[in-house]
Amino acid sequence: MDKLDSETPYLLQKRGISRREFLKFCTVMAGTLALPGDFVPRIAKALEQTKRPPVIWLEFQDCAGCTESLLRAHSPTIAEIVLDVLSLNYHETIMAPSGFQAEQSLKDTVAAGGYLTIVEGSIPTADDGVYCCIAGRTALDILEEVASNTAAIITVGACAFYGGWPHASPNPTGAVGVKDIISDVPIINLPGCPPNADNITATVVHYLTFHSLPETDDLGRPLFAYGMRIHDNCERRGHFDAGEFVRQWGDEGHRKGWCLYQMGCKGPIAFHNCPSIRWNEGTSWPVGAGHGCFACAAPYFWERPIYEPVDIWEGRTPPTTYAPAEVPAAAWQMNVGLAAAAGAAGLAVGAAAGALAGQRAAKKGSSGEEEEES
Amino acid sequence: MAERIVIDPITRIEGHLRIEVQTEDGQITDAWSSSTMFRGIEMIFKGRDPRGAWAMAQRICGVCTTVHAVTSVRAVENALGITIPDNARILRNLIAGIQQVQDHVIHFYHLHALDWVDITSALKADPEATAKLAQSISDWPKSSADYFRAIKEKLESFVASGQLGIFANGYWGHPAYKLPPEANLMAVAHYLEALDWQREVIKVHAILGSKNPHPQTYLVGGMAIPLDPDSEKAINADQLAAMRSLFVKAKEFVEKVYIPDLLAVAPFYLEWAGYGEGLGNFMACGDFPDRTATQFLPPGIILNRDLGTVHPLDQEKVAEYVTRSWFEYSEGDEVAKHPWEGETIPHYTGPQPPYELLDIEGKYSWIKAPRYDDRPMEVGPLARMLVAYASEHPRVKEVVDAVLDKLGAGPEALFSTLGRTAARGIETLVIAEQLVSWLDELATNMAEGNLQIHNGEKWDPETWPAEAQGWAFHEAPRGMLGHWIRIKEGKIENYQCVVPSTWNASPRGAKGQRGAYEAALVGTPLADPSQPIEVLRTIHSFDPCMACAVHVVDGSRREIVQVRLDGCM
Repeated sequence: MDKLDSETPYLLQKRGISRREFLKFCTVMAGTLALPGDFVPRIAKALEQTKRPPVIWLEFQDCAGCTESLLRAHSPTIAEIVLDVLSLNYHETIMAPSGFQAEQSLKDTVAAGGYLTIVEGSIPTADDGVYCCIAGRTALDILEEVASNTAAIITVGACAFYGGWPHASPNPTGAVGVKDIISDVPIINLPGCPPNADNITATVVHYLTFHSLPETDDLGRPLFAYGMRIHDNCERRGHFDAGEFVRQWGDEGHRKGWCLYQMGCKGPIAFHNCPSIRWNEGTSWPVGAGHGCFACAAPYFWERPIYEPVDIWEGRTPPTTYAPAEVPAAAWQMNVGLAAAAGAAGLAVGAAAGALAGQRAAKKGSSGEEEEES
Repeated sequence: MAERIVIDPITRIEGHLRIEVQTEDGQITDAWSSSTMFRGIEMIFKGRDPRGAWAMAQRICGVCTTVHAVTSVRAVENALGITIPDNARILRNLIAGIQQVQDHVIHFYHLHALDWVDITSALKADPEATAKLAQSISDWPKSSADYFRAIKEKLESFVASGQLGIFANGYWGHPAYKLPPEANLMAVAHYLEALDWQREVIKVHAILGSKNPHPQTYLVGGMAIPLDPDSEKAINADQLAAMRSLFVKAKEFVEKVYIPDLLAVAPFYLEWAGYGEGLGNFMACGDFPDRTATQFLPPGIILNRDLGTVHPLDQEKVAEYVTRSWFEYSEGDEVAKHPWEGETIPHYTGPQPPYELLDIEGKYSWIKAPRYDDRPMEVGPLARMLVAYASEHPRVKEVVDAVLDKLGAGPEALFSTLGRTAARGIETLVIAEQLVSWLDELATNMAEGNLQIHNGEKWDPETWPAEAQGWAFHEAPRGMLGHWIRIKEGKIENYQCVVPSTWNASPRGAKGQRGAYEAALVGTPLADPSQPIEVLRTIHSFDPCMACAVHVVDGSRREIVQVRLDGCM
C-alpha cells in the first residue's frame, strides 16, 4: 500500500467531495462558531491536516444520550468525524473490540499522549467509586489516569458537567462531574441533556482550527453556544411581552404558538443556543414544539420542577399588555385620507387609532381564550 | 480443564456489561452476566412531581430514548384514571414506531454487524463482483461498481493512515468470519449509508416532539405538540407531508437494504440457528394500541418453546430476587418481591476494584433478577415475533414464514442467535409498514376537526386522591418495559422500573436459574478464548441496554389500598 498522499484535496476528491462542498462545510462551521467569513480558509486548512487528533471518549454513569446526539451530527457527520476528522480510538458504544483488546486501545492512546478526552456520564465517588466499574476498575481511577496525559477534556452532557440526574437529591452514589475531580487540565463543558450535536462538532472544529479552546463563561461553557439567554432569543418573546400565554395544554394560545412561561418554561434562566440553531439540523426545539424549556444546560436543573413558572421579576409586577403591532383596518382607511386632510384630521386619526388599539388590547389580555367578536 | 474467561467491557452495547464464562474443550459450560454501574433513580424520584417523572425517567437511557417517558406517563395516567385523547395515542404510536425502526437498524449495522463482517476482508473485494451481488439481492439504487470502488478506496486510505480508531484491535481475520470479501464491502457501504439514514428519519421526533434524543413532549394526560391545519405554529399539512416522506424513506431502507442484507448474510452463518437461546420462555406485553385499545403487536407468553400455546400476561406475577445481586431485602435474600412491595437497599459486596474476577458464588451484579411466575423470561423482538406468530398475526406470520422459507429452516431455527437477529429485522419491517397508516389516522382526525392533544381534567394535583398507585407497560425496542408508581399527597412515594435488559441480563435468583444471556451462552462454541467473538454474537443479538437494566425499586414497604389496576394503555 502506497503511503498516504499528504494532499488532502486529493483525498477529498477521492471521497467524492468537491472543493466547493468542502468549503461550504467550512462556511457552515464558521457560522456555527459565530466567526467572520475570513476564518473559512483557516478552518479549511485545519481540517486538511492529515494526522487526525486522537480522541478517547469515556462513558461513566451515562445514558448514552450524548453519544446518540453526536450520531445526529451533520456538519461534519459522524462518519466524517470517525473517518476523516478525528481518530476516535476508544468509544465503548461503537468500537469493534471488547474486553482487553478494547482496553489496549485505551492504554496505547494514553501512553502516546497528545489526545483529547471527551467524557460522558457522571463519576460516582461514594464508597470508593464502586458504583461504576469498567474492566474491573472504578470510573474515578480511569478518569484520573486518562486525564494525566490528555491535552484537554471536553465534557458532554449534564452528567459529566456537574453530575446530572444521578447527582439529583439525594445523590445515592456521590455522583459528580469531571470538574469536581480534575483540576489541572483545561476543561470545556458542553452541558445539555443531551448537548446539541452541532455544539459538540463546532467545539472540536474550533480546537482543530485555532489549536485552542473557545472562550467560555465562568462555568466553562463556550460562549458561542451558552452565552445567551434563551428568553432573549426566543421566537415567542413577542408573545411574552404582549402577555399572550398558553394557559392549558391544547388551548388556542398553544395552537398559535404563544409564550409557554406560565406552563413552566425556564427560558428566562436558560443559557443555550437552542432558539438559534435548533435541533436535528434546525428542525425544531422544545419551545417551538409546544413544551417549555427546562434549562437542561444549567447546573442542578433537575431540582426545578418542570411545570412551575420560574421567578424572574423579583418582586415587580410585569406588564401584562402592550399595544399590539397590528394596525386596525379602520385606521388604514383614515390614513388614505391623511394627505388630503393633514393637520386637524391627523389628530383625529391618532385618537381613533389609539382608541381602537386600546379596545383590542383589552380583548386580548393575558388569556388564551377566544377573542370576542367586536 | 475448565477455564474462566472475562470480557469487560462488552462494547457495542448501551452501558456497562461484564460477561464471565467458563469454558471446557472449546465450549461454554457456564456464564455470568453482570452490570457494573448503578445510579439509584428510585431514591431520586421520591418526593418529586409525578407529572415531571417522565422527563427524568427518559434519561435512564438515551439509546432507547422515549421508552421510559411514555411508560412513565402511562403509569401516572393509570394511577389517576386519566384517559388520553385519541390524537395523543396516535402521536405516541408514531414516536414509538419510528424509534423502533431507527433503533433496530442502528443496532444491526453499528452495534451488531462487526461481529459478522470482517472489515479488513472488504479490502480484497472486487467492486464489479460487489455490484453484481448487491444488484442480485435488491433494487436499491446505490449499487454500481463505481460506488463500491469509491467505498473501497475510502477504506484503503483510512487503513493506510495507520490510525484505525474504533476499528483497531478488532478480531479481524478470525476464522469464524465467513462472508466473502464482496459481502463485507457491501456491508461496509451499508454501515455508512445507515449512519446518514438514521439521522434523517429520526427527524420525526423533532417534528412531533422537539428533538432527538430525548423528545421534550410527553404530558400526563396527552402530548404537548399542538395540531392545527391553520396555524404555522402547530402540526399542519406541511409537517404531515414531511413526516410522510420520512416514513417512506424509513420503510424503503428497511425493505431494500436491511432485510436483503440479513437474508444475504444469514446463509453463511446458518450454524448460528443452533446456538444462543437457553430459556425457552418468552414474554411480550404488546403495544401500539388502536382506537379500540387492541394492540398491533399482541401480548402473551410462550413457555418451553411451545408455539402452540400463548399464555396470558398478568403483571401481578412479576417479582424480583436480589439473591445474587448487590442489594438487600429486609426479609432476606431468598424472597422475590413484586414491584409495589419492593425495596432498594444497595449493598456492594463484590470484589474491591481493581479486580480480576467477580465472586460468582455470591452476589455479582447491580441487576436484580426479575421472574414471571418464578420463571426467568426472555423479552425483546424475538419474544414479540414469537408471540405474534403464535397468535396468528397475519403479517408477522407471513414475513416469518417467508424468511424461514428463504433460509430453508423450520420455526425451531427461531430459538437461536440467528433467530433473534432475524426477528429484529422482521419486526422492523412489520412496524415500518404501519407508520404511514398511523399518520393517516392522525390526518383523518385533524380533517374532522379533532385537534385535542391533552386531557387536562386531572392536570392539577388538587384533583388527585390522597393516595394512588398505578403501573404501565411499553414494548421498548429491547423488550417489555414496566413502571410501577405510588403517589401520595401529590408526590411520588415510590417508583419502580423493571426494564427489558433487567429481564435479559438477569443474574441467578434464589432458585439458581440463569437469566436469558447466561442461559443463551451455555453450549456455545468458543474457538479462541482471547478473541471471544462467539460470545459477542449472542450477547449482541439481545441488544443490551445496561443503564436501563439496573433495577429501580421503590423503598416503601407499606400496604396501600389499590385504587385501580388497568390494562396497558
